[in-house]
Formats: sequence, structure tokens, C-alpha cells
Amino acid sequence: MSDDAVNPEEVRHVAGLARVDLDDDEVDRFAGQFADILEYFETLDEVPEVDREAELTNVMRPDEERDSLDREAALENAPETEDGYFKGPNVS
Amino acid sequence: MSENIYITEERIDGADDGPLAGTTVAVKDNISTEGVRTTCGSRMLEEYVPPYDATVVKRLKDAGAIVVGKANMDEFGMGTTNETSYFGSVDNPAAPGHVPGGSSGGSAAAVAAGEADVALGTDTGGSIRCPAAFCGVVGIKPTYGLVSRYGLVAYGNSLEQIGPFANNVEDAAALLDVIAGSDERDATTRAEGDDATYAAAATGDVDGLTIGVPTELLEGADEGVVDTFWDAIADLEDRGAEYHEVSLPSVEHAVEAYYVIAMSEASSNLARFDGVRYGHSADAEGNWNETFAQTRKEGFGDEVKRRILLGTYALSAGYHDKYYKKAQDARAWVKQDFDEALSEADVLASPTMPVPPFELGESLDDPLQMYLADANTVPVNLADLPAISVPAGETDGLPVGLQLVGPAFGEERLIRAASALA
Repeated sequence: MSDDAVNPEEVRHVAGLARVDLDDDEVDRFAGQFADILEYFETLDEVPEVDREAELTNVMRPDEERDSLDREAALENAPETEDGYFKGPNVS
Repeated sequence: MSENIYITEERIDGADDGPLAGTTVAVKDNISTEGVRTTCGSRMLEEYVPPYDATVVKRLKDAGAIVVGKANMDEFGMGTTNETSYFGSVDNPAAPGHVPGGSSGGSAAAVAAGEADVALGTDTGGSIRCPAAFCGVVGIKPTYGLVSRYGLVAYGNSLEQIGPFANNVEDAAALLDVIAGSDERDATTRAEGDDATYAAAATGDVDGLTIGVPTELLEGADEGVVDTFWDAIADLEDRGAEYHEVSLPSVEHAVEAYYVIAMSEASSNLARFDGVRYGHSADAEGNWNETFAQTRKEGFGDEVKRRILLGTYALSAGYHDKYYKKAQDARAWVKQDFDEALSEADVLASPTMPVPPFELGESLDDPLQMYLADANTVPVNLADLPAISVPAGETDGLPVGLQLVGPAFGEERLIRAASALA
């Protein structure tokens, strides 16, 4: 990416992956800004490989039932529900 | 209220007595409050009313505190000026016409304006310390794992912590006493701070304290800010502290490492906003993917879209090793540098922000310039360490903050040292 600027097609591709619709003028503006920002990120090339000592412990609890939000509360903020379920858009 | 401090002004009463009985608290609007809308400063959550309290809110209520409002903030915490809020910018009570800093700008402004005794903010890359510095109040970013994030709407979950604001160090420490401590609902909390007593540490005793000053964090800073910083260090020297210069070569790469990691985490965390279970839902035709894309186009502002897209890019096939993996190397390097510097100093000191508060509207157009203003705060989040910003004085009538950084779970030491200044 270092030598070629970010082109609008790449911005559109990434926006598609991220499920964010963009207007044409947003695509153009982001293309210019992303070029600057990604060029700055390039300086990470100078960072040496570093040994990472991750201090990890198992935090999983036993798989036992316990109280959680009831269904009504969980559905309270949903724009659409049906028969006690979330209702989403058509898959295709 | 002219400053636009609150997104929602609503009173939530706590228990009749407790350590914070009668204390009024502003709560940043990305922290869940049962029955009171929690917008994250975004159109996406304009109507969202959480069905449960964040752990910190439950602890506030149990301690007798009175929540007086949900404080304005940069959208989803993404900003350094509070100007990315869907609900409009906040004026700085300590410097009218200037930004209060971000992203917890409303929280800091509430305390500075006397609208609340204390406040809660969140700090992913400086979002407590920056507004504390710009508004002339005290702000603490706790060690990663000291304070529960249960009920905090996630942005960069490996980096962020909830922390207190107050007009002085002792009051901020008293609020930290209430919110700190492990929580079975947040598996990243740790037990190390469970027995600490923070308010009692605010003795102002700095006799014999050794302060390391990282030279890299003074380079390029505004001259008036640097002069004010050294005056505060001289003040600490007069009280028995001593300083030496230290070098943290890794911090030269901290801003880019921070933004790659924060954006990558944001792209993943904000994937949940699809308009199906909660939040804005576009009145769109088309299939699942098209509807989501329209919902997210309408619900998110520019800076949020920018970070989601750049994060998606940094994690995508072919670029992951180049950006995300190198950023993790830089993060480990920053941690090592801080550990080394803190093996020869009790605390590290720098200006919190390299610049005084920007004028409102001054700097929105250039995102990269905005990111660079975070140079002194983001290394601390990468290293998971605690830090405090205290008022150091003014330059041309504008507040300047001094940042102290300590070892992991060294909040008591930071509070003791910082209480010599405020």
C-alpha cells in the first residue's frame, strides 16, 4: 500500500465487508484520508519483533445455568419482534 | 445549560447512605443505566434504553451517589474534542469557546462547571485524561482490570477502562474506591486492587519520590505547555521529590500502534449494531446485507465509519500481518519500555496533552492531526498501566494537565503523588 494511494474501489470493497453503505462523495473523501493515515501506519515496519509474554489464566466458569435477562427485557429495544423472537430482514 | 454537557438529564437516586451519600455524579453516556437511555453519543443508539445497570452504576447506587445525568461524549468514544457527538459539541467551562477534550468531554465539563460533584468517564487512549487536562480537573485512568467494564458499550475492549473525574485528587480517589474491584461479570477484572484504599492515599506526601520524565513526551509539545509542566515539577521538587530524564524509544510508534489496535477492535465490536436487536433501524428494502449497510450508513457518523473501515482493512487478508501483528509487537515493546523506566523511578511524568485546548471547530477536518494529539496518552493504554491527570497551571489562560504514570495497580502511589498538586 505504501506506493499506491488508496483508490475508491478499495474503500468500496472494505465498506462492503464492514456492511457500511457510503455515498460517492464519502468514498472519495475517505480514499484521500485513508491514504494519509495508512502511510503514517507504515512506520510500524520499523518496529522490531518483540517477545510477548502473555500472562493467561482460564477464566471460564463451570457451565451451569444461572439467571439472565428475561425474554421480555431482551426484546424491549428491538425494532421488530414476532412470537417472542427478534425479527430481522430477509436473508436473500 | 449552555455548555451542552448532558445528552440526557435524569436523576437516578442511590441508597440512603453510603460513602458517596448525597454526592452528585455525571455518568458518561456509554455506561449502561437501567431504564435511562444510553446513546454513546450516536444516532445509532438515540432511543436505546438498557435493561440493566453497568457494574459501576450499581456500585454508585449502593454507595448512595445520585446520578444527575448522562454526559455528552464523542460518538462511541471516538474523538479527542467531543465534536464527533451526534448530539453536538460541548463548550469548555474552563475555557469558553474551546473544546472540553474527548472523548469524555461532557463528564469533565460537568465537574468543571459544578453541574456534578464527580463524574465517570472511560479512557481507551486518553479519553479521561485529555478532557481532565483541557477542563482543569482531575481524571484517573485505572490499571487495565481494576474496574469492571460490564455494561460499558465496548469500543476498544483490550484498551479501555472506566475511571473517575473530580475537582481534586482526594474526591476522585474516593470515587475510585467505590467503583474498583473484581467483578465476576467481567472476566478481565483482577483481584489485585480489591484491598486498596485510594482516598486515604491522598496525603500529598512526595518526600523522596523519584520522578522519571520521558524526553520523547516533551518533544514537539507546545512551549507554554512545557513551561507549565516544568513549573509543576519544580513545585514537586520543593516538596522533596526528585526527577531524572528517561527515554522510551518505543513511544515513537505508540500512536500508530494504538490506532491500528483500537480501530481493529472497533470494527469487530461495532459489528453488533445491525438494527435488529436494538438501535437505529433503516427503513430499507433489500436483503439482510443491504439492510444492515443502510442502517449503519444512517446510524454512524463520519469518525465511526472511518475507524470501522480502517479497522476492517487492517484485519483483512493480506494486511493483518503488516498492520495488526506489527501493532501488537509495538504494544509489547511499549510495555517493556515502561517496565524498565518504572524500575528506576516511582512514577513517570509528562504533559497530559502536548497542546492546550483547541478552539471549537478548529481541527475536525484532518483526522490524522487529531490522532497525533493523543501521543502522550495512548502509550499508557497500550501498556495497561494506571495514570492520572492533574491541573498543572495555565498557558495564556488555558488549562494544562500534568500526567503521572505508575506501575500496574500502583494507583495509591499515583494518588499520593498527584495530591501534592491538586
